[in-house]
Amino acid sequence: MTAEAAAPDTAPDTAPVTAPLPVATPAIELRDVTRSFPGPPEVQALKGVSVSVAHGEYVSIIGPSGSGKSTMLNILGLLDRPTVGEYRLGGVLTGGLSEDDRAAVRARQLGFVFQAFHLMSRRSVLENVQLPMLYNGTPRAQRESRAREALDRVGLSHRVDFLPGTLSGGERQRVAVARAVASRPRVLLADEPTGNLDATTSAEIMDLFEELHADGLTLLVITHDGAVARRASRRIRLADGRVSETP
Amino acid sequence: MSEAGAPRAQGRHRSWLRWGGHRWSPLSWSGLGRSRRPDTPPDGPPVDPDDRFRFSDLLGEATADIGSRPGRLVTTIVGTVLGIAALVATIGFAQTAAGQIAKQFDRTAATQLVVTPATASTGGGATVATGALPWDAVPRLERLAGVESAALLAEVPLPDAVITAVPVNDPSQPPTATPPLYAASAGLLDTLGGQLSTGRFFDAGHDLRADRVAVLGARAAERLGVQRVDTQPSVFIDGIAYAVLGVLDSVDVRAELLNAVLIPTGTARADFGLAVPGDAQARIAIGAGPQLRSQAALALAPDDLASLEVRAPDARSELGRDVQADVNGVFVILGVIVLLAGGVGIANVTLLSVMERVGEIGLRRAIGATGRQIAGQFIAESVVIGLLGGLIGAAVGVFAVVLVSAVRGWTPVVDPWTAVGGALLGAVLGLLAGGLPARRAARIEPVDALRGGT
Repeated sequence: MTAEAAAPDTAPDTAPVTAPLPVATPAIELRDVTRSFPGPPEVQALKGVSVSVAHGEYVSIIGPSGSGKSTMLNILGLLDRPTVGEYRLGGVLTGGLSEDDRAAVRARQLGFVFQAFHLMSRRSVLENVQLPMLYNGTPRAQRESRAREALDRVGLSHRVDFLPGTLSGGERQRVAVARAVASRPRVLLADEPTGNLDATTSAEIMDLFEELHADGLTLLVITHDGAVARRASRRIRLADGRVSETP
Repeated sequence: MSEAGAPRAQGRHRSWLRWGGHRWSPLSWSGLGRSRRPDTPPDGPPVDPDDRFRFSDLLGEATADIGSRPGRLVTTIVGTVLGIAALVATIGFAQTAAGQIAKQFDRTAATQLVVTPATASTGGGATVATGALPWDAVPRLERLAGVESAALLAEVPLPDAVITAVPVNDPSQPPTATPPLYAASAGLLDTLGGQLSTGRFFDAGHDLRADRVAVLGARAAERLGVQRVDTQPSVFIDGIAYAVLGVLDSVDVRAELLNAVLIPTGTARADFGLAVPGDAQARIAIGAGPQLRSQAALALAPDDLASLEVRAPDARSELGRDVQADVNGVFVILGVIVLLAGGVGIANVTLLSVMERVGEIGLRRAIGATGRQIAGQFIAESVVIGLLGGLIGAAVGVFAVVLVSAVRGWTPVVDPWTAVGGALLGAVLGLLAGGLPARRAARIEPVDALRGGT
């Protein structure tokens, strides 16, 4: 971690990573993150973004399309790297990690919910929910019970052996949420989770998110829907690659 | 940290490029994706090795979707099935044909050994024998390992004598050609693989007692008007009556005996003054020829090896080898061409499958699969498809050989390793064909993949 020498002002980072994290350490910390896509013309999707999200916070990121929301989610989800700036996840600097290490961090600490659900159509609901545990080292014996537990939590225990194609949109998104939480992530990232859903099912998903938040999960929801964003305890507005807190 | 961020962003493809390098080795399958994964991740407890993504997981993920689209699976493996079937059938037919030729060859000439006295040309152009076989040649030969049975055979010269079935001297009858007369020992029938149409062959007792008995060759019997032996017919050789014991129907070698009248050696010595036995004939085990060629002369004339000529077959059939090579050449090339087409088919369909499953790949990457795990999944899938094609192809090939052999009345001969090798060749084909699509799949960026639909 030579990068830590370059940032001596972050004292908690010098603590061993296996030790219990100090309460003050934010779950997510972006510092002066810029992501530019080489042109011509060169596009700066994020311009000097600094965001800090504490453990257990429920944050929505709202902004019009083209404002850099997806780029931000990709960076937060370790699917992309910032061009400039640093990103700490759970206090650990991610810039120095190899691709395989980043995959391991994704597997163990992050959960994803996508607008398009991304369920595997030829696998049953239960198999879909078990999929992330294949990669994150969950003890084999616990995998099925954890998946059933997660499905129970989203209210789909009666759909365990169904194929995703036979479910409604809201049910599919609930399966996706179950898949994301079954692997017990620290942070749940949701990219337009209600983008493909109608108002009623959207509300169901948002209720589910609030329950998860109440259980202590750190949630980041990216949306362009003001109604969805208002459900979060904290709102961050993204416009033209710059962030601003909104009350 | 800003100074470290930019080079990192440029170097993000590095780990994919290294995929083809030393870190990928078939021997470390179980280590797929964990060679660089820290035992202690940035935080959290270490992962039990049993709970990591293992080869069995890879196999499970790779095979879970293979059967879900049977139509596509059939079109994918049909090329491999045809190619492997063509190769296995070609090799099988070659082996069957070689076995068939060897069988025919062996049954006749390859199991016959003939010892004759050496001959020399006289000044007048005639040939005379320069040596002689001993009368006890049969027991001497039968003591040799590899000799299954042996017999003596000699033509008895009959300058003026006639052989008839009726003792009537009719001066007005035109002279007819007399059947040749042979003296034989009792083991002749067994040695030549002969079959009798009726009656029996004379035995060692007849020989010893010099009984006046005869066995007729089939055509000689026809000429002499002898069809059955239960009426106790006789033939008259030089005016002496000989009881006909049996009629020789066929022999594997020395077909001239079918025209002849056979009498025991002892009888020929007593009645016609047969001085020396003509040749010794022996039926030998397959492959014993080269060894017996030298041993037979030693056993029969240890004092003068050059006085005997021994004719014995070579150990292997050159003819069979040539036929095998001819058959293999043409069809193996055809089979390999079909197989290549099959490989291209697997590569194409796997590539199509990668393109179709971009969303799935993106999802797997997002939830923590490494590029190598994705590549391994597609390679394993195409290996399984190739193995499946190889298994079916080998089965079809073997079945074709059995079927054709059954129709033609041959003995099907297929080396088991041909079938096993065919199936494995299919797997190797799948491995090669899966390489390119797997590499393509590993290079897919999760960000791009997730943007699209499922």
